[in-house]
Amino acid sequence: MKTLAKLLTAAALSTALLAGPAFAAGKAKNAQDIDFSFEGPFGTFDRAQLQRGFQVYKEVCSACHSADLLHYRNLGESGGPEFSEAQVKAIAAEYEIQDGPNEDGEMFERPGRPSDKFKAPFTNANEARAANGGAYPPDMSLITKAREGFHYPWYVSPFIKMWTGNGGPEYVHAVLTGYSDPPEKEAANAPEGKSYNAYFAAGPWISMAPPLSEDGVEYSDGTKASVDQQAKDVAAFLAWAAEPKLEERKSLGLQVMIYLIILALLMYLVKLKLWRDVEH
Amino acid sequence: MSGHSTYEPKNPVAKWFDKQLPILSMSHDFLVFPTPKNLNYLWTFGGILSMCLVIQILTGIVLAMHYTPHVDMAFNSVEHIMRDVNYGWLIRYIHQNGASMFFIAVYIHILRGMYYGSYKSPREILWILGVIILLLMMATAFMGYVLPWGQMSFWGAKVITNLFSAIPFVGDWVVTLLWGGFTVDNPTLNRFFSLHYLMPFMIAGVVALHIWALHIPGSNNPTGVSVKSGQDTVPFHPYITMKDLFAAIVFLILFAFFVFYKPNYLGHSINFEVADALKTPEHIVPEWYFLPFYAILRAIPDKLGGVLAMGGAIVVLFFLPWLDTSRVRSAKFRPIFRQFFWLFVINVFILGVVGANPAEGWWIIVGQFSTAYYFLHFLVIIPLVGMIENPKPLPASISESVLASQPKGEPAAQPAE
Ligand code: HEC
Ligand code: HEM
Repeated sequence: MKTLAKLLTAAALSTALLAGPAFAAGKAKNAQDIDFSFEGPFGTFDRAQLQRGFQVYKEVCSACHSADLLHYRNLGESGGPEFSEAQVKAIAAEYEIQDGPNEDGEMFERPGRPSDKFKAPFTNANEARAANGGAYPPDMSLITKAREGFHYPWYVSPFIKMWTGNGGPEYVHAVLTGYSDPPEKEAANAPEGKSYNAYFAAGPWISMAPPLSEDGVEYSDGTKASVDQQAKDVAAFLAWAAEPKLEERKSLGLQVMIYLIILALLMYLVKLKLWRDVEH
Repeated sequence: MSGHSTYEPKNPVAKWFDKQLPILSMSHDFLVFPTPKNLNYLWTFGGILSMCLVIQILTGIVLAMHYTPHVDMAFNSVEHIMRDVNYGWLIRYIHQNGASMFFIAVYIHILRGMYYGSYKSPREILWILGVIILLLMMATAFMGYVLPWGQMSFWGAKVITNLFSAIPFVGDWVVTLLWGGFTVDNPTLNRFFSLHYLMPFMIAGVVALHIWALHIPGSNNPTGVSVKSGQDTVPFHPYITMKDLFAAIVFLILFAFFVFYKPNYLGHSINFEVADALKTPEHIVPEWYFLPFYAILRAIPDKLGGVLAMGGAIVVLFFLPWLDTSRVRSAKFRPIFRQFFWLFVINVFILGVVGANPAEGWWIIVGQFSTAYYFLHFLVIIPLVGMIENPKPLPASISESVLASQPKGEPAAQPAE
């Protein structure tokens, strides 16, 4: 299946090249395909990778990007990074969460609990914009489902995407690793405070300075924290954040499929037997 | 259902009950209902559609228990269903993909009718009721798609409701009524939710009429030849029930494939972003099942003209029974019509592709051609072919056609499904 997908991709890419500039104009570049562990009908998340990805999110991205749909408790739930209960409590407790009002009618701060939502870096959109040169750092909870890394011509797109998906996690990886010097003719009109990134959907100029650096985080499992590795890890983490029931869905799906196929066979036999004496 | 039932309950209590409310004899008549024995698997889609409606209503009721129809909360309440409600992701994915499955089934069902001439006398009312169901389904699905309040929900609602402003004189008033204000906003979401909950039950009502109207003449069949004697039929139960059940399970396999393995394949990525009235998406595209009609809408450069053409594309179906001049029902015996039928199907596919692409360059021309051909098919080709075509000789009866096809092994060629 992987090879088939690769073949289709190759075919599509070559036609895309032939189809030429009309198609490429105004579109972000195609993200590099990554063999994530959670792809395919049996794919599951790699726990260690999700934990590393969370670390990157926490230490880097969460300075600017919220993830409003996540709660700290999710980090310990099955099918996710599966931190231990104690770890989840410790992570939550690192944050000061506003609560209240108390008996005196005052709001107060207290350490976070697993049931709290991920604390957002800014209290409102204007504050977020003001801190980021006018650009809004979007919420990351659903980013891998809301963006597409792969763009193919219309006549192959539905077929390829049946295998490869939309490339949302690949998009995140591509944006994080895809900074480059602008082409000669674009360099002249570079907007103030923006970087060139050919993979950014609303690009090519992006208001996010390259957030990752070589060994910018220190992985406790000994994995080398290259920029590429961090980008992959955080992309995987965000894929889980967007689809936390992925593992439950696929494993239930397998059971349902087997059940339905056996049932269909049995029903077919019943139907055959019943209709055997009827000429039809 | 026509005439008095011959059924007499044996049990005295049942007898007493049935005399006052003849549900028992009605159900009995349903079960023994004589059905042509040569039906192929295309006839199983009626049952599949009923199953789809039940699935949508059941999953919908559960969703409605957890959903909040407010612009500030709708999007997150759907995500709450996906994340925190037990098996909420399953219910939601079934409902979401169920809409697509419903339309796959209904389009096959309609094309079956067009191929075998099931809309022709004595089944015109049955056909018209079907077209009404299609319209109600479209309205229901459109309003349902607005509920999660993503970017495409919002902008789709905006584009489609705006169309009504093209209606002369009352247009603006209608649009304000749909919106409940001066733009798509919270009142719009609230009324769409209310109507989205109501309409499936209206569909259920029309389905009941549809089935009633079916039980007067009985089912058509692949030969299009009317039932002549008891030889031609089998009782509905167990013969048709078991066959329908088998087909429904095969259909569920496809359904489950999407729900469990490709739940978002048929949707739009951009709908995972919450609605933003200040940020117009680059391409506003409806769900796949509306694409051919969307292409027809955009083929006409004039707004009112586009709306009329899109509406006309469905309204023309109401008149199909009288546009068709052929004496013969089934395309099996209509060599010329059969080819035009497939051209029509291909043309609808082309319209779908056009609808999915931006209205620019070649797409405009292809869209206009295909739109013209769509209407040409109904308004010119169907009446003309019926008049000039020389149908092949019809079998004397269903039984005879079955016997004639036996020596060759399988029953006479059935279109692939
Ligand atoms: C210093 C603040 C900051 C940090 C740290 C940061 N970002 Fe961003 N990010 C932004 C801003 C601002 C934008 C919006 C850019 C624009 O609109 O031009 C953005 C945009 C993005 C986008 C593109 C969104 C889209 O609309 O397609 C992605 C993906 C992204 N960030 C991921 C990340 C990840 C993953 C990290 C952590 C490794 C991260 N960012 C760290 C500020 C930040
Ligand atoms: C004819 C049957 C029906 C069709 C074709 C239909 C179609 C749809 C569609 C296309 C959506 C948007 C899916 C999404 O993106 O989430 C939707 C959402 C929804 N529908 Fe229905 N629906 C039907 C029946 C019902 C019924 C009977 C109810 C309630 C009793 C219901 C309740 C809901 C709710 C609450 C949502 C929003 C939640 C969500 O987006 O998942 N639906 N429907």
